[in-house]
Amino acid sequence: MSGRLALTSHLLAVVTPFSVPPALMDALQIVILVLVAGAATMVVLTRQPARQAIALSAYGLLLALMFLALQAPDVTLSELTVGAVALPILLMLTLAKVRKRE
Amino acid sequence: MTAVQRRWLFFAGMAILAGFYLWGLSGLPGFGNYPGPYGFVINRIAVAQTNATGVVSAVNFEYRGFDTVGEEFILFTAATGVATVLRQLRNERNEGQAGDEALGPGSAETTDAVRLATLVFVGPTVLFGWYLGSHAQTSPSGGFQGGVVLATAFVLIYLAGEFLVFRRISPVNLVDAVGAVGAGGFAVVGITAVALGLPYLTNFLGLGTVPGAVSSSGTIALISFFVGIEVAAAFVLIVGELLEQTLLVRRGAA
Repeated sequence: MSGRLALTSHLLAVVTPFSVPPALMDALQIVILVLVAGAATMVVLTRQPARQAIALSAYGLLLALMFLALQAPDVTLSELTVGAVALPILLMLTLAKVRKRE
Repeated sequence: MTAVQRRWLFFAGMAILAGFYLWGLSGLPGFGNYPGPYGFVINRIAVAQTNATGVVSAVNFEYRGFDTVGEEFILFTAATGVATVLRQLRNERNEGQAGDEALGPGSAETTDAVRLATLVFVGPTVLFGWYLGSHAQTSPSGGFQGGVVLATAFVLIYLAGEFLVFRRISPVNLVDAVGAVGAGGFAVVGITAVALGLPYLTNFLGLGTVPGAVSSSGTIALISFFVGIEVAAAFVLIVGELLEQTLLVRRGAA
């Protein structure tokens, strides 16, 4: 896997003053992947719907950071707006509507 | 069927599912390994062909623009559906109520701290949303993201103030019209190309001379603008309808 990874990063490598060593980038990606997995578990284990919507928002934020670490800034913005903002808002609004009806 | 039998059925199903899942996983390309040719081709030709340095936007609004028209109309249809269902419900409930009363008071529990904090964010949010929507051709951004950010500015105003203020700055008719202009504008850009004797959604505007300039890339920037106002209007419409419902029900319960 690391062989393939090195090949791809070699093909796509653009060296700028802000470039970081590939090993550091790998470490960053692994840390964020672990955080995303943790946040996803947290969302599932949160049983109260309103709190779950907030947890989902935090999870969306981490997912956006993951896309950024994987060098996909455009997807980062989409995930940030839809996953971390729009979806939790719609969930909260729906919850408010359902609650008040009860 | 007894509980034990049901459990064994579940385990059997899970085993089969897990088998197929692992089989599928084993066939995936390795992490970070991109096998297909299209990404590399696009990377080589996109900037030269479109003068857009935001290559993702070039793909969305140019190379697969026809797909994006469909996606935009999915959102438009969804917003229309929400409006149709919820407005119908509201009219039913409103019978016998005075028009002004139907809007009802917002929840009065907003603290000054929340008001101030959200109001501070409204200006930068509008600016950032507008920046995203108008810079699709230069950098990672675009109408979809910009539109959602713009819509959240309206939600912030709702949080800071009252629903009535939210409605005053986003009247239903205006939001409907802006959404329709956005969705229709995208389609019209495509049809204009046909009228000029070109294939649908051909980039018929001047591409500019500087790659990555805001004025470059022709229809990519124009389409991003239309998508931006359509998405903003659709989200404001959906949020507004849901809020109005919530407040109505809240008033009904009070």
